[in-house]
Amino acid sequence: MKISIERAALLKAVSQAQSVVERRNTIPILANVLIEAESEAISLRATDLDIEVVDKASAQVVRAGATTVNAVLLHEIVRKLPDGALVMLSDDPASGRLSVEAGRSRFSLATLPREDFPVMASSEYESNFSVAAPVLRRLFDKSKFAISHEETRYYLNGVYLHVAEGEGGKVLRAVATDGHRLARIDAPLPEGAENMPGVIVPRKTVAELGKLLADDDTEIAVSVSETKVRFATPDITLTSKVIDGTFPDYTRVIPTGNTRKLEVDASDFAKAVDRVATVSSERSRAVKMALDEDRLVLSVNAPDSGAAEEELAVAYGDEPLEIGFNAKYLLEIASQVDRENAVFMFNSAGDPTLMREGNDTSAVYVVMPMRV
Amino acid sequence: MPALCRDCLATFEAGSRCPECLGVRVISHPELFDLTIAHMDCDAFYASVEKRDNPELRNKPVIIGGGRRGVVSTACYIARIAGVRSAMPMFQALKLCPNAVVLRPRGEAYAKASRAIRDMMSKLTPDVEPLSLDEAFMDLSGTAKLHGAPPAMMLARLVKQMETELGLTGSIGLSHNKFLAKLASDLDKPRGFAVIGKAETASFLHDRPVSMIWGVGATTRQALEAAGIRRFSDLLQWEKQDLAARFGNMGERLWHLARGQDDRRVSPHAPVKSISKETTFEEDISDPELLDGHLWRLAEQVADRAKAKGLAGRVITLKLKRADHRQLTRRLSLPYPTQLADRIYRISNKLLALVNDTGPWRLIGVGIGGLCPGEYAHSGADLLDPQAVKRAGAELATDRIRARYGQDAIRKGRSLR
Repeated sequence: MKISIERAALLKAVSQAQSVVERRNTIPILANVLIEAESEAISLRATDLDIEVVDKASAQVVRAGATTVNAVLLHEIVRKLPDGALVMLSDDPASGRLSVEAGRSRFSLATLPREDFPVMASSEYESNFSVAAPVLRRLFDKSKFAISHEETRYYLNGVYLHVAEGEGGKVLRAVATDGHRLARIDAPLPEGAENMPGVIVPRKTVAELGKLLADDDTEIAVSVSETKVRFATPDITLTSKVIDGTFPDYTRVIPTGNTRKLEVDASDFAKAVDRVATVSSERSRAVKMALDEDRLVLSVNAPDSGAAEEELAVAYGDEPLEIGFNAKYLLEIASQVDRENAVFMFNSAGDPTLMREGNDTSAVYVVMPMRV
Repeated sequence: MPALCRDCLATFEAGSRCPECLGVRVISHPELFDLTIAHMDCDAFYASVEKRDNPELRNKPVIIGGGRRGVVSTACYIARIAGVRSAMPMFQALKLCPNAVVLRPRGEAYAKASRAIRDMMSKLTPDVEPLSLDEAFMDLSGTAKLHGAPPAMMLARLVKQMETELGLTGSIGLSHNKFLAKLASDLDKPRGFAVIGKAETASFLHDRPVSMIWGVGATTRQALEAAGIRRFSDLLQWEKQDLAARFGNMGERLWHLARGQDDRRVSPHAPVKSISKETTFEEDISDPELLDGHLWRLAEQVADRAKAKGLAGRVITLKLKRADHRQLTRRLSLPYPTQLADRIYRISNKLLALVNDTGPWRLIGVGIGGLCPGEYAHSGADLLDPQAVKRAGAELATDRIRARYGQDAIRKGRSLR
């Protein structure tokens, strides 16, 4: 294999690949990226056995071929090369080295045979459809904060992507929860997605996916089977196993009978929560919300560090209510609101509270109160 | 050189025999009345309590330990002559000393004796730092005026009082810091009184093995040996930064200890870092139902302890030991601290499932760490487990019933497994 490629194109491809590679792994070849050169392009493939990413980049291929080389190392080298450099990659099967040359810099890297590189088995996808990047981005960005980190509840370690019955018919829905808060985000159902099986997309896949969705104008080709999900742009293909488990019935978690309504400017609210939470200690992250006629008092009382209080003008017309929440959880859901006021629907100090943006029910959040 | 008779508490100027009572249990040392940091270690504590409570055992070898499968927790001095040591597997101990009387530990009796000793110690100084039921550090600095007697005298009086009033003996180590005091208490056991003064600190340590340091176990010892360090004199060859680079925080501490320096204070309220309970089975277990029963009982004991101490933990630890003594632990951090047996049990049960191994196991243990005051404990509310709050309520009601009518007044069926 012998190719020349622009540094910027190579950097983009190799940076996506190296982020999939697990930093600590016991199988040496999994630290490597598989470089395949053919006609006018190269492809870089990396995997952790659960996720596989393939990046394509155009290059001048002098001699077709393939090899594998340490992904992090290659990334570091390319990153440090000067802007605008032309990079030459050529492998020497005799010495088992890959030479990387740019300007006056020369590197010689150890390789492992391409035959040893595990390529994810292809599978039959039951559902194929296309979604605009911003739609998919909203689904995952607004739900991912609620993904559980608790490995004993592995079926919560991802976003549940499925087809559901929304208010105006079928929707594509993303749900994530850790038992303390829940996010439920809807998008119009794309054509061809009707028969999509519900899948739990793992946390790491959601994080990797972010890079594919950065560009607003991209259409993402989505393929879903019972065991795998694939997201593809013309340059990048991300294939991931899905979590083998049953996502709990979240519908009964979402309160429907909460009647006490609070409406507040989301950004003012988030800032105020952030300010009073400054004195809260690692141990007690509780923020108390005391509600009265159009008045909200946020307060924190942490015996070992101090106390704080802030008053906000809000729209509230129900009976006085005192309710406590984890400050971090309140901040996280408040920061999901970007266009209109945040609307909280309470029942009692012990029941789950619902939050949404204005009257928009396409994104709703549930948070469990805590004792204060 | 100042001297003190440990039998009649007379003080005098040198001599190996007490001029008052003619006793020979005399301790003399140039710095005897100047040193203030002490370590008191009871002699074969559990066994001594048993012998005191049952005089028939007095001249028999006695071993305290858990069952046929367990290990020796204490061996009396008669059993020690046969070679029995603490932490030795019971079968080995019985091979060495076949006529030994083996007794199950009676935790309550030991705790009661321990409290009585602690009361005596706290009359000497408020700065008592217990390390376990049967040993403690004491800082007697500045108490000479109050007591009208130097620390050495008060300590001799303490062990004498322990013997006459409680029928238990202890050994005293007296020095100028905790590290040396602890070493000293071990020099003259049982009924010992040893002094390490400032003047002879360096020569005392010089040829002794570093494995004497409290906290240097098998692993650290091997690492030290690999670096050619076996004795304190070897440590003296090293620069401080080299030790720190090789052994981290421990390295720096070793540098100071090699010079007999230890500035740790005697702190009466050393915070509890974790609460755990474990049990070694009579026979290795792989039956999930049996394990489940053990898990529940352990979780309940841990929760009881946490509630009694007003603590809650956010890290749950499960410990397992295989038949071949290989140990494995699994832990999980919770978003909120808990002190509920129900929560501790459920998490440890899930951790056990994640181990994905049917054993058989010889030991199982449950613990909580990352402790904080109990008032920060979470209610247990969980969006996905609506019953959790009810179970938490039931547990609190159970606690109230048990507080009123006794520990066994109400139990979960699970605990009978």
